Amino acid sequence: MSDHESTYVPKTGVEKWLDTRLPIVRFGADYMSLPTPKNLNYWYTFGGILALCLMIQIVTGIVLAMHYVPNTAMAFESVERIMRDVNGGWLVRYVHANGASMFFIAVYLHMLRGLYYGSYKAPREMIWIVGCVIFFLMIATAFLGYVLPWGQMSFWGAEVITNLIGAVPVVGEPILIWLRGGPSIDNATLNRFFSLHYLLPFVIAGCVVLHLWALHHAGQNNPVGILIPKDRQAKDTVPFHPYYTVKDGFAIILFLIMFAYFVFFNPNALGHADNYIPANPLVTPAHIVPEWYMLPFYAILRAIPDKFGGVVAMFGAIAVLFVIPWLDTSKVRSMRYRPQMRTFFLIFLVVCFGLGWCGGQLPDAHVIGDFDTFILIDGDLNSYLWLTRLLTAYYFIFFLVLMPLVGLREKPLPIPASISEPVLSPRIPDAAETPKAV
Amino acid sequence: MTRTRLRSAGLAVLAAVGLGLAATPALAAGEAKHPRHAGFSFEGPFGTFDQAQLQRGYKVYREVCSACHSMNLVYFRTLGEKGGPFYDAHAENAAQNRYVRAIAAEFEVPGIDTETGEAILRPATAADAFPNPYPNATAAAAANGGAAPPDLSVMAKARHDGANYIYSLLSGYQEAPAGLAINQGQYYNPYMAGDMTPFWSGDPEHVPYGGFIAMAPPLRDGQVTFDDGTEASVDQMAKDVAAFIAWASEPKAVERKQTGFAVLAYLLLFAGLTYASYRRIWKGVAH
Repeated sequence: MSDHESTYVPKTGVEKWLDTRLPIVRFGADYMSLPTPKNLNYWYTFGGILALCLMIQIVTGIVLAMHYVPNTAMAFESVERIMRDVNGGWLVRYVHANGASMFFIAVYLHMLRGLYYGSYKAPREMIWIVGCVIFFLMIATAFLGYVLPWGQMSFWGAEVITNLIGAVPVVGEPILIWLRGGPSIDNATLNRFFSLHYLLPFVIAGCVVLHLWALHHAGQNNPVGILIPKDRQAKDTVPFHPYYTVKDGFAIILFLIMFAYFVFFNPNALGHADNYIPANPLVTPAHIVPEWYMLPFYAILRAIPDKFGGVVAMFGAIAVLFVIPWLDTSKVRSMRYRPQMRTFFLIFLVVCFGLGWCGGQLPDAHVIGDFDTFILIDGDLNSYLWLTRLLTAYYFIFFLVLMPLVGLREKPLPIPASISEPVLSPRIPDAAETPKAV
Repeated sequence: MTRTRLRSAGLAVLAAVGLGLAATPALAAGEAKHPRHAGFSFEGPFGTFDQAQLQRGYKVYREVCSACHSMNLVYFRTLGEKGGPFYDAHAENAAQNRYVRAIAAEFEVPGIDTETGEAILRPATAADAFPNPYPNATAAAAANGGAAPPDLSVMAKARHDGANYIYSLLSGYQEAPAGLAINQGQYYNPYMAGDMTPFWSGDPEHVPYGGFIAMAPPLRDGQVTFDDGTEASVDQMAKDVAAFIAWASEPKAVERKQTGFAVLAYLLLFAGLTYASYRRIWKGVAH
């Protein structure tokens, strides 16, 4: 798909002049006529949704930055001023705050889609890796942004997360001081977090360009997971526009309807009430929890009894994503044709939700009923601590053990020779074909 | 037969697990009682503030709460904004609103003499924030047994189920159950967050709900005389002041919901049109 012929013909004199100097119109036109597999389902619309999310966050963020004051004495009040006195400020701020959650809903679905259909496998490793970089930057940006309103959860979240760096042997302590701009979280911290929170989204935007470049070079994956043979290009692909602009457009509007529900009718449902209490370094909240989208990683952090070990596990849970292309040994991309792996994937899905749930609970609390079972090492077996450990173990086993092993041992279902076949004749089983490298 | 039995056994297990989960919060120590529902007019997507209730609520705040609690983020002019307690459609703007000007003028705030620059007290204007009853947090804490009364500007957003919580807390003071040791200068309230386990000498399976609060029960029947003749019961005053604080916490809440309906209507129409276009464009393309 990368060698897709340009069909753009400059019509006016201005276009011709521009085309020989900076072929930017050609670039856009080629983009729009890009041959795209015609069997992409709605799980493939999250890329477009994410692009919109990034734009919404950047635009609302720039407006918020015009009114926000990054000073510990005024930050909280300036946010409330935006809510009360800035024209439409309540809308801009609620869109930005809920937009972060929407962004993560979309990115998680986007990543799970990539995982399910094997979109990380050759020749698309770089798309996946750049995507992981974007995800990591998103987590960092969201964390920095959550500190800015300077509420109780802002302050104590920053306290807990920056403290993690201090757990790193030898260099941890100096890095911690450098990161906070002093021995404790204070005005210097808030100022640099604001600066970085403004910077990182543009780094993300740059990575998005790389992500798309790699995507259009390697070609889009599709639910069947096979490369489209040269001679079937005409039959199996449609131009991106209007076919996918309209399909993505419809999905985007449905997504915006959900977005609007939260912004207009339940704007604080995804946040924590404690963040409307101004930050107070002398009062620790009863229960410090991160935003929902960080909960699975927070759960993994707390599952490990050793602080540094917890930090390693938490970052490891993200780092492992980067090497998935080499952990998966299967020759078949799409899990549609990998019934065994699909089962493990569904368990993985439940485990991720479970980790998120555990991350919001007190580790000592009972999971079932209110009875003790027996103490295993350092906690009762009927506690979130042990449930979290069980789920954490599966999270890593899924990537580090199941992915390589199942890929080698499973017998995939026959895969069709082209994407039109299962589409055009869904009931006629494809001539039994041995799984082959595609 | 066996299958039926298996299934009912499975159901029994599920039910047991479900019961176990459902029972957890009720038995867990350190829980506050769930707030009672006051049935506020502003709840739900169509709810709006009741102006008469907001005026009564302001009166309760003014005559009772404001003796100790600040509302630093609320300005007098906000009272006269659309949807606010003293909104007047005839006023040119909120700052010109005669009720707002009269209310502000009841207070004196620190200022300077424009001739000499000396510190003076001047009457507040619509542009001023509600004055703080204490000069600083330390003075507030010192005057209240060490616990500074929290600012109430965004209190309804700073607690789960905020308006109902404020209503329940204010009207929910109870005699401490026998077996609960109370520290001096504190009061028992089942809706307050806290953990009563260390203070409880009764059955450890039935630790009372709630926590200790440094605020003495602030309301008693007939404490405020409502201008509209509403009977000032503790329940009524608690409800009204909770409504006022809910409004003050988010004065734009009604505007937000009303905007939401327009946005949703637009998006639904847009979705319909886009779906029709989608069907038309993809017509005849097998996929």
